[in-house]
Amino acid sequence: MVNKDDYMNIPKEDFEFYSREGDIKDKKLDTKPVGYFRDALGRFARNKSSVLAAFILAFLVLFAIFVPVFFSNNYTNSLTDTTYLQYTKLLPKSHYKFLYNMGWDGCNKATIREDIYNSYIAMAMETGYNPVVKVYGDPYFDESSSSNIAFYDVKIDSYTKNGMIYLTLTTAEYEAIQAWQNETGIQVIYPAVDSSKIKVESLKTNANIWYMCTNKGTPKINAAGGLDSIYKTSGNDGDYHSLRVAGDDGSYKYATVTGTSDAKSYKVRVFTYTYFKYRYGEYPCFLFGTNAYGQDILTRLASGARFSLLFAVIIATINMVIGTIYGAIEGYYGGVIDLVMERISDILSEVPFIVVASLFQLHLARKVGAVPSLLFAFVLTGWIGMASTVRMQFYRYKNQEYILAARTLGASDARLMFRHIFPNAIGTLITSCVLSIPAVVYSESNLTYLGIVNLDSSTRTSIGSLLSAGQSLLSTYPHVVFFPAIFISLMMISFNLFGNGLRDAFNPSLRGTEGN
Amino acid sequence: MVKYVIKRIALMFFVFFVILTMCFVLVKLLPQTNAVQFGKDANLILQRREALGYNKPILVQYAIFLKRSLLQHDWGVSEALYLGQDVWKVFVSKIPATLMVNIYSMLLSVPLGLLFGIYAALKKNKWQDHVISTMVMVFISVPSYVYALLVQYLLCFKLKIFPLQMKSGTDYFSWAMFISVVPAVLSLAFGTIAGLTRYTRAELSEVLTSDFMLLARTKGLTRGQATIRHALRNSMVPIFPMILGEFVSILSGSLIIEKIFGVPGVGQLYLNSITALDYNFYMLLTAFYTLIGLVSGIVVDISYGFIDPRIRMGER
Repeated sequence: MVNKDDYMNIPKEDFEFYSREGDIKDKKLDTKPVGYFRDALGRFARNKSSVLAAFILAFLVLFAIFVPVFFSNNYTNSLTDTTYLQYTKLLPKSHYKFLYNMGWDGCNKATIREDIYNSYIAMAMETGYNPVVKVYGDPYFDESSSSNIAFYDVKIDSYTKNGMIYLTLTTAEYEAIQAWQNETGIQVIYPAVDSSKIKVESLKTNANIWYMCTNKGTPKINAAGGLDSIYKTSGNDGDYHSLRVAGDDGSYKYATVTGTSDAKSYKVRVFTYTYFKYRYGEYPCFLFGTNAYGQDILTRLASGARFSLLFAVIIATINMVIGTIYGAIEGYYGGVIDLVMERISDILSEVPFIVVASLFQLHLARKVGAVPSLLFAFVLTGWIGMASTVRMQFYRYKNQEYILAARTLGASDARLMFRHIFPNAIGTLITSCVLSIPAVVYSESNLTYLGIVNLDSSTRTSIGSLLSAGQSLLSTYPHVVFFPAIFISLMMISFNLFGNGLRDAFNPSLRGTEGN
Repeated sequence: MVKYVIKRIALMFFVFFVILTMCFVLVKLLPQTNAVQFGKDANLILQRREALGYNKPILVQYAIFLKRSLLQHDWGVSEALYLGQDVWKVFVSKIPATLMVNIYSMLLSVPLGLLFGIYAALKKNKWQDHVISTMVMVFISVPSYVYALLVQYLLCFKLKIFPLQMKSGTDYFSWAMFISVVPAVLSLAFGTIAGLTRYTRAELSEVLTSDFMLLARTKGLTRGQATIRHALRNSMVPIFPMILGEFVSILSGSLIIEKIFGVPGVGQLYLNSITALDYNFYMLLTAFYTLIGLVSGIVVDISYGFIDPRIRMGER
């Protein structure tokens, strides 16, 4: 008698083919199989707002990467060159006619006193560039004030209103400017003034005065209604051989020479607007204006954004790696290991982030620098969220049959964890990784804004530092704050929309739980 | 339930002590900043430090610290900011300003947030909902200091409705004081309103589609009755703990808003203690912030059990 349970030794002839002839009723699949990521991509593409956010984000990232590469200038970063302190707080201005006409013209409206107005006009008489672009209505008097001074409502060009500065040049520099003047026909050096004709000592350093002035430095209008110049006509000017201002019969001197014959220095009056063209090849024109140090906000913002983004991406990557390993071990082994590791992460997650950041800053900033210590602070607690995501997925999948099958086949723990279970967590992990980037940018900008961390230096900045530097100028020069604020807001909105889109695409079951 | 609460509170104190210990040790390891300055005698400073026990072993210092701070409210004297003053007293004097700004902002944002959320849920997938959801997305994403700067520029500087900074002084209930905190309150409220709106909308719209709502309608209630009596009540189960948690955490205030609007509160004090390296303030405020975070977490968890009898705490 054959033992029915003896299935190890079933005789060969008892087997037979199920079907050798005839049709197989199964239909062959003729559609392409759709993988997980392809499926997710398809779902993502259907979410219009997320796609739009992705495009905006791509634009912002490209802006951050390429603008510093192509538009970086020496007036972007360095704080060492004092001459460009003359180009501070310039208003946004564009070459393009369309933007220019929309008010992107570097001008602002202001109400100025008559004496200031006159000194602007005097500036215009000398250089031909009138800082007063437009006068609105007639001058008026302030009824409440006892003084008899008229006020003007005007539109002022911030690029030319700074006028002249004194520069001290070497012989080579002096000759170079003269040669450039001869070549281009643009006047940079203006005649030196006879400082003995300026009565007040403190006004002698004011390079804008080329006229007989009152004790307050305002132009004295002569009987003919004009101004009397006080240009220097005697003394050495190092054989000036270049352009001369209108009305110069050759007697005006263009520099004050000091020093010995082998190391002469020339003190000259230069016009900031044309001097910029000489230095950098073009007239000053900053699309986003300049800040309080004369740095171009466009390139400064882009390099700050590049730093912030790069920093956030690095932190997100590190957190993802640590979180994955930690969460995998917790979730896979469970039991006591899980309990102990959970308590550790519980305690860490309860420490307020501001405390962590400030402690790291106090302890490490001097030893390893501000950036690495901030990085450590973010990494110390940042991985906890990722770890709990991974842990949850591991708990969900570790008892499934296919894991049991793999284990029976002899797969090692590490192989089970990272080959069989981990891929299930990738979707949620990518989502939380992407959503952690704006969170890091946000906290970093918060910390730098508060001044707990200082990331600002001549070659490096972050969005938070830009905002914090501009806050004191908010009422007078809002553009210094405005552009970084717009940038970070746009970046945050598109990052969140993009992250939500990703979440919906990777986990369709979660759709709608958070209101979008 | 009681057992669960006790367990949670015990765990909270354990975590609190661990964090406090870590911070204490880390702060003690920091270099002391009392450098010799003009007009200060180095020997005198060293003697004072010796007398105060700064040179004892760190564990002894920790024991003294715990005994003094937790039992006698003596957190030491200020070393830099308010030289020689009692840290605890200064801290207590800073609380009202923070509390005032944050309570006003809660009073503004809770009703508005609930209102917008309910409205959006009732009009789900209509244009009103889309408008509200878009606004919520914008206000949640934009950093709070951006609106703070906008509020300051538009309302305080351009329109000159409010003063740029908060009024100093302790007349917390005067009209001038109220006007001067409005910008700070507004800036704080935007984010809270947006968060609450999003949460309320999500919860309520989930409840509105559940089966018992259908039952309520079939037994003859009007839509309004069904919504108010059944949907709202049920959706409040997760929303109310969240509001409660917010109420606890408002004590800690917002560092950034306090800095921008010059609110002389706890957040400012914390910032100043970091820049001035005033470690006694730093320890006190660190403990304070940690405790606030822990307590608000527990309040949220426990209040679930009290609000909704279906949730049994601590049972498996």
